[in-house]
Amino acid sequence: MNSLPRIRLEKRLDTPRWLGIATPVFSVLAALLVIALIFGLLGVNPLIAYARIFTGAFGSLYGLSETVTKAIPLMLAGVGLAVAFRTRVYNIGAEGQLLIGAICATGVALFVPGIPDGLRLPAMFGAGALGGALWALIPAVLKARLRIDEVLTSLMTVYIASELVNHLVYGPWKGPGEWGFPYTDKFPLAAQIPRIGITRVHYPTLILALLAAVLAYILVQRTRWGFEIRVTGENPEAARYAGMNYLRTVMLVMALSGALAGIAGVGEVAGIHYRLRYPQGISPGYGFTAIIVAWLARLNPLGVILTSLLIGGLLVGGDAIQLAMGLPSATVYLFNGMILLFVLGGDLFTRYRIRMEFPGRTVVTPVRLEQEEVG
Amino acid sequence: MPDATVPAVEMRGIVKRFPGVLANDHVDLTVRAGEIHALLGENGAGKTTLMNILYGIYHPDEGEIFVKGQRVHIRSPRDAIRLGIGMVHQQFRLVPSHTVLENVVLGLPGNFFFPERAARRRVQEFAQQYGLHVDPDARIWQLSAGEQQRVEIIKALYRGADILILDEPTSMLTPREIEELMSIVRRMADEGHTVVFITHKLDEVFAVSDRVTVLRQGRVIATRETAHTDKRELARLMVGRDVLFRLEKHPVAIGSTALEVQDLHVRNDRGLPAVRGVSFSIAAGEILGIAGVAGNGQRELVEALAGLRPVEKGRVLLNGEDVTNRSPRALVQRGVCYVPGERIVGTVPNLSVAENLILKTYDQAPVCRGIFLDSRSVASHADSLIEQYAVATPSRETPLKLLSGGNIQRTILARETSGEPTLLMAAHPTSGLDVGATEYIRQVLLSQREKGTAILLVSEDLEEILQLSDRIAVMYNGELMGILPADQADLETIGMMMAGVHRTP
Repeated sequence: MNSLPRIRLEKRLDTPRWLGIATPVFSVLAALLVIALIFGLLGVNPLIAYARIFTGAFGSLYGLSETVTKAIPLMLAGVGLAVAFRTRVYNIGAEGQLLIGAICATGVALFVPGIPDGLRLPAMFGAGALGGALWALIPAVLKARLRIDEVLTSLMTVYIASELVNHLVYGPWKGPGEWGFPYTDKFPLAAQIPRIGITRVHYPTLILALLAAVLAYILVQRTRWGFEIRVTGENPEAARYAGMNYLRTVMLVMALSGALAGIAGVGEVAGIHYRLRYPQGISPGYGFTAIIVAWLARLNPLGVILTSLLIGGLLVGGDAIQLAMGLPSATVYLFNGMILLFVLGGDLFTRYRIRMEFPGRTVVTPVRLEQEEVG
Repeated sequence: MPDATVPAVEMRGIVKRFPGVLANDHVDLTVRAGEIHALLGENGAGKTTLMNILYGIYHPDEGEIFVKGQRVHIRSPRDAIRLGIGMVHQQFRLVPSHTVLENVVLGLPGNFFFPERAARRRVQEFAQQYGLHVDPDARIWQLSAGEQQRVEIIKALYRGADILILDEPTSMLTPREIEELMSIVRRMADEGHTVVFITHKLDEVFAVSDRVTVLRQGRVIATRETAHTDKRELARLMVGRDVLFRLEKHPVAIGSTALEVQDLHVRNDRGLPAVRGVSFSIAAGEILGIAGVAGNGQRELVEALAGLRPVEKGRVLLNGEDVTNRSPRALVQRGVCYVPGERIVGTVPNLSVAENLILKTYDQAPVCRGIFLDSRSVASHADSLIEQYAVATPSRETPLKLLSGGNIQRTILARETSGEPTLLMAAHPTSGLDVGATEYIRQVLLSQREKGTAILLVSEDLEEILQLSDRIAVMYNGELMGILPADQADLETIGMMMAGVHRTP
């Protein structure tokens, strides 16, 4: 006799508004719970670990400033990805676009003479945005013209960009004054983004990131291009039927997300390192982490402001416990992976409702009926 | 043989609530053993919900179910199958790249090895016994809709179903396939099977059923012996008011030529010629009906005229201007409106009713100012169309997917006809709609005609073509078999032309 309750999924007709907020919150909580179990298996008290992460990320001025610093590239790239994913254009190559942005900024900083000091940084941001956008257009054109899946091509462009950086810093751009390290020379002062006090918060980039989030929100919700983006994302066939230009929309969102990732790259080389270095030295995978940031915000550009700070905090706090509690360096990736897993999985709850059903006591179950018939 | 005194299925007091909807409101249904029982009702009347409960997909909030006299608790389709209940859904659940045999056996317990010989033998038996002819080795994607449906029926029989539920089984079929299905259903009933036949088409009730139960808004309105009722009574029971079967068609002064198509050639998705040298013209204030079995190039023709498919050869003139191979946008701006045959093509289900209403005007004043959408103008545009076309929606912000099929079609029609279209193309505009919505949609088309729009109507429904058109063309194998004035057209002539017989006027 089968007496276990059954779990059934019923499709929701509509998603209540509160669920849209509750789902990411509970997804993060669920991820933290699983990670707590893993911490326990590693012999680390999860409560202490989480407390350290929290204080590491938000508990001191230093921690807070580092959190904001790491949130800047995540926010920039995350906003662009949120818009691209809304269009169902799956740009996985933000990391590569970020690196190209860094290369372009370095080129303008070190190798283009004759720019007045006051225009040096704007020129670098412009070049970085343009470079990132053009780099992103490679998979965009392949998708729109030849229907090649952008997930693969955009990912592959990351490795090309990464090798390009390696080539430059080990080869032609290797700085004579850098003692043989794979670095370019240090940027001149006019090519360094100013920071707040002794922190590493390069605030002009932060302002650009916040501006990007607000403008992207307005773009998607209030403009005719945003309408094209939403229609194309929801039903490409209807977009074509309505006379919308699919090619143009795909190129637009890819260029936009590439440009924002490129700006993030400018911020890293000109605001943090003041030089181009080997790829992992510029970005510890911000372009990939930004995918999580975008999904966690449920693809809302304004939400990205919050989620980039949260994930930035996890990166900082994760570093803190690695050092303090002797955890492996993969800890931060564990957080990223678990959160993405639960956020994507949690999406199920916005589309389906879960029902538990207990077998009734008074009714004849079909199993028993069959037995009666046989007997 | 089934015991005729014990009903095959008895459902008592079934209640099923969905958020905001009472889908089944204390429904009582008795299906006698060995009968063909039609379940008639408009879309959203609760027919499919009721049968999904019987098949274990949904669970009733209240009520009791008896199968062959035994009270049962059906918790899943597996339970239903064990009780001898099979269901063929409107959307088939087959694996396209697998063969018929593989699909029939798929999911059955206890088969580690593929029981090929046994399966083949039984499929052949079904073919002989009920006329369920289908090649057991064909892959599903190679089969027509009618053949795929036979595979679904075979699947149910293979699992021992003696109570078979068919959910709107004719909606995807050609007239010939419908005939064949009806004969299969009758043979199954003769062999002692019980069939529940869900439909909203009155003709089908009379063609096949022994008894009919009418549902409206989740409630049982009446059960009748089919022999003791008529079309008018059933329509009234179903809709809740008298239904006009004749539409008022006023004479309209024919205007100048709006659309002229010269020797048009278009290819289909597979790159094969689908439209082969079609020429015709439509005047302002005229409805040209294109009859024919679906798949004879109608879709490719209309898509080419909407700019969605390249014209390979030939010319399209709109009010004298050559618009061959212009973009969809350019055609929209010239007043070409298109109600597509598949509703999903013309709508964005997750966006609101208001947003769906501006799908084609979102970049024009007053909806769009500069680069911004004017939300106030979007709202007032939506409110006036919702009122004018009586779209039943909780609000303009409601996602379109929550509306019924009829109201989605009203929304499309509102968007397409509210401007001043030069040319309105409507493909299968009433397919899948209930009697009330159908009547309304046809009236809108006629009133557009009176406003001087040239209308191209593509439909498989001959009654619709005859009722609305001024001239009738029949398309067969990518060619027009001839164009007749409506007053010279009769079913027999059109039927001949649909079968490929040329006719010169």
